[in-house]
Amino acid sequence: MKNSLLNYTIHLADNAHILGHRLGEWCGHGPILEQDIAMTNISLDLIGQARSLYQYAAEIEGRGRTEDDIAYLRDAWDFRNVLLVEQPNGDFGKTMVRQFLFDAYNFLFYKELKNSNDQQLAAIAEKSLKEVTYHQRFSSEWVIRLGDGTEVSHEKVQNALNDLWMYTGELFVMNDFEKDMTNNGTGVDLEKLKPLWQEKVDYILKTATLAKPQNDWMQSGGKTGRHSEHLGFILAEMQFMQKTYPGQVW
Amino acid sequence: MQTISKDTIYKILEQVKDPEIPVLTIIDMGIIRDIKLSENEVEVVITPTYSGCPAMNMIEVEIKSALQANGFQNPKVTTVISPAWTTEWLSENGRKKLKEYGIAPPVEPSKDKNALFQDEKKVQCPQCDSFDTHLVSQFGSTPCKSLYKCNSCLEPFDYFKCH
Repeated sequence: MKNSLLNYTIHLADNAHILGHRLGEWCGHGPILEQDIAMTNISLDLIGQARSLYQYAAEIEGRGRTEDDIAYLRDAWDFRNVLLVEQPNGDFGKTMVRQFLFDAYNFLFYKELKNSNDQQLAAIAEKSLKEVTYHQRFSSEWVIRLGDGTEVSHEKVQNALNDLWMYTGELFVMNDFEKDMTNNGTGVDLEKLKPLWQEKVDYILKTATLAKPQNDWMQSGGKTGRHSEHLGFILAEMQFMQKTYPGQVW
Repeated sequence: MQTISKDTIYKILEQVKDPEIPVLTIIDMGIIRDIKLSENEVEVVITPTYSGCPAMNMIEVEIKSALQANGFQNPKVTTVISPAWTTEWLSENGRKKLKEYGIAPPVEPSKDKNALFQDEKKVQCPQCDSFDTHLVSQFGSTPCKSLYKCNSCLEPFDYFKCH
C-alpha cells in the first residue's frame, strides 16, 4: 500500500512537473508579453505543486532521497506522468488546447482529492485547486477565442485538438496504484470524473465552434512508464545540470 | 533568559518585508500561521501564498536572520499548506499600503457591491480611484497579481488578485 501511495504521489508530481517544464519553454517566446507571462506564471504554479508532491513522495519513501533526487535523477521509464502533458508545445493554439484538456481534468481531480483521507494529499489538493481554477479559466477562454476566431486560428486549434485527442483517454484509465488508492479512500475514482470532464469539454468545444474528434482509439502508457519519444528530450534538457554536475546547487 | 512572549516575536517579524512587494510585512500578508515557543526555541509557522511563490525561500531566510539578530540562536521556520492561504488574511493596514504603493488590493466577492455577477469585479484604479477599469491579463509580474488598465486615467496597474 505504501508503494501505491508513493507511485500515486509521484504520478501527480510528474504530471505537474512535466507540464510546468513544457510551459516554461515558452519563456521569452510567447506571442505577446501578457501571454508569455501568463504561461510562465502557470508553469510556476505547476512546478510549485510538483515540489510539494515530490517532497511528500520523498517522505513516504523514507530512504533519504530528496525532492531534487526524485525530480532530476530518474530516467524516462521511472516517470509516471500522462502522455498528454509531455506532448510538444507546437504553436500557441496547440499549447492552449493541451492545457485546456489537462486543466479541465486537473480541476475536477483536485476538487475530489481535497476530500482524500490522506491529509497531506488533501492539503496539496486544496492549495492547488485555487491555482488550477485560474489555469482552467485562462485556457478555456483561449480555446474559445481561437476556435471562434479567424479561419486560420480555427483551423490551427482544430488540428491541434485532432492531434491531441488520442492522449485524453489515458487520463481516465486506472492503473494498479490508482485502483489501490481509490479503494482505500485516498485516491480519486477517475470513472466518476470522466462524464464531468466530457461535459465541460463538450461545452467549451461547442462554444469555440470546434468539432469533437470522432476517433475513439486512445494511446496510453505514461502512467506505467511507457512514454512517447518526447519525454527523453525533455529530460535531456531538464536534468542536464544535475546529471553533468551531480549535487550542484545554486 | 527572560520569558519571551509571542508579541515580542511578532514585533521582530514586523521588520521582515515581502521581497517582491517591499511595502508589505509578512504580518500584513497574513502568512504567519503560528509561533511556537518552548524553553530555548522559537518556531515560526508560515504558509505560502502560491505553491510556486519564489519569495518563500527568501522569506524563510529573512525570518531566521531577523530572529538571530535579536538573540535567538536556532530559530526554526516550518511551512504548512493547509488551511490554504487566502487574500482574506491580508490585513487592513496591508490593503492600505498596497493601494498607496500603486497596487489595487483584492476585492473579495462579499465586499464587491458594484458587481452584478461573481466573476465581474469592479477593481478600483489605485491612481485615480476610478472604477472604470478593465482586465488586461489574469497573470502579472508575480503569481499573486493580475494586470489591469484604467479607462479613466489610462494608467496600467497591478491588481492583487483575490485568492
